[in-house]
Amino acid sequence: MDGWAFVGIFVVVGAALLSVPLILAALLAPRKPNPIKSETYECGIETYGDTRVQFKAQYYVYALMFAIFDIETIFLLPWAIAYQGFRTIFPLLEMIVFILILVGGLAYAWRKGALEWL
Amino acid sequence: MPQIPGNDILIALATWLRQWLLTIGLDPASIDILMAVIRALLLGTLALLVFMLITWLERKVVARIQDRIGPNLAGPWGLLQPIADGIKAITKEDTTPDGADVTIFNASPIVAGVAALLVYAVIPFGPNPGGDCAGTPCGPLTGTDMSIGLFYILAVGAVSLIAVLMAGWSSNNKYALLGSFRAVAELLSYEVPQVLSITAMVMIAGTMNMTRLVEVQSVPFIFPLFVTALVFFISGIAESGRSPFDLVEAESEIVAGYHIEYSGMKFSLFFLGEFVHAFAVCAVVTTVFLNGWVGPFSFVPPWIWFFIKSFAVFFVMMWIKFTMPRFRIDQLMAFNWKFLVPVSLVNLLVLAVLDTVLRMMGLGRAANPWVWGLILFAANLLMLFIALWALGRAARRTRSTERRIVARMDDVTPAAPVTAASAPAAGN
Repeated sequence: MDGWAFVGIFVVVGAALLSVPLILAALLAPRKPNPIKSETYECGIETYGDTRVQFKAQYYVYALMFAIFDIETIFLLPWAIAYQGFRTIFPLLEMIVFILILVGGLAYAWRKGALEWL
Repeated sequence: MPQIPGNDILIALATWLRQWLLTIGLDPASIDILMAVIRALLLGTLALLVFMLITWLERKVVARIQDRIGPNLAGPWGLLQPIADGIKAITKEDTTPDGADVTIFNASPIVAGVAALLVYAVIPFGPNPGGDCAGTPCGPLTGTDMSIGLFYILAVGAVSLIAVLMAGWSSNNKYALLGSFRAVAELLSYEVPQVLSITAMVMIAGTMNMTRLVEVQSVPFIFPLFVTALVFFISGIAESGRSPFDLVEAESEIVAGYHIEYSGMKFSLFFLGEFVHAFAVCAVVTTVFLNGWVGPFSFVPPWIWFFIKSFAVFFVMMWIKFTMPRFRIDQLMAFNWKFLVPVSLVNLLVLAVLDTVLRMMGLGRAANPWVWGLILFAANLLMLFIALWALGRAARRTRSTERRIVARMDDVTPAAPVTAASAPAAGN
């Protein structure tokens, strides 16, 4: 049977297996909500200010760097699988050029301070 | 007649079950589906049992490392402690904060747990017994023998990020949200060296099929691919969110980060996801670098060797966790982007060039595995030395810069000495 069909079955079986303790907890756990217990946690004080805060732009820069290197790896993986069957050195040289371009990009980001946690 | 190893009880059971299902008249297609469901149930139960064993093991090991005993009251050697923890988690009240997004709030522990569990679908526990697919099992002892097994693991490992975001966002708590942003930034960043080291490994092995990866290792790949193994192991520890990379969920830092608002069984499911993911990383390291289910004595079933090796790798993970102090978030990111990513890129380049050169000279992995392994191991040691030397130099430069800055600050603003004349008289 196809591998992905098994993954589909596994997702369903896994979710069912993990829901069993949750259902048990829903049956067995006490449920006595009161306004103080349902407050959001802020180290014991009352919350103030908006909850959905803005996020720092630096997170976006990290995500961007991740996207670039992830796409580089997507290009690298088929090359890596075919690697043991190469008969000349030209595919290797071309991939070295590709990786060096991306190393250049990493060096540029490093010097420009894009990798600092501000 | 296919050779069914008489010592392997799991294969014997599977054979018996298949033949019995054939005799009661089920057609092979439904037998396949039924066996798939049974396999999925077994894998899920295995992951949960391993989780329970790991929680007990971790507490015992941390206790011994910290020179104490650990749980020893709940059953002999505290072995029933995970059951006690489970009962506690089930009977704890399940509070939902005001204004939380209830559907996502309830769904995210399940997503976290399932994402960690999905990796177990492709982990090879044993070799191919070589039967015909109708009456006797014909596939290796694994959930499914995908041809892109390793790639699947990378893809599925990234699903747990979504659970983190769901948990942080739906909690209606700004600290949970900040914690989940940080956690996602860390998890994304550590994906890069993980994927790059997997690429180096796939390049050397020539396949992504997990069972083939074990069969291809005439030399266990931890020697010729030492730096790759190290980078994958470290980024795997960071991906599971364990110490020393657990800033985003540590109690003394951000009070449990993105799962602040979860209590009871839902929190346990996050905890389960983390430990199951950590053991999955150990299982992948065992398969890819330590020769998987291969072991010296033939009367021991292969999956026992697999578990022995996986638990040994997990012990190293625990050892690291309980020895090193936690990293700060900027140290975390700097370690990844300025050390691990360049090291893994250089590793990839060096391995690519060296393997091609060795293959052209006739000393490739197929021709002469031990010489090939030795040369690559020497190259790995050289890379490690150069990387650590460069790190030492950068650290020395940073320390001397900091010392200069501190010294300059002391020169500009000298502290005025406090004498009896200038201090206000006490009690006035």
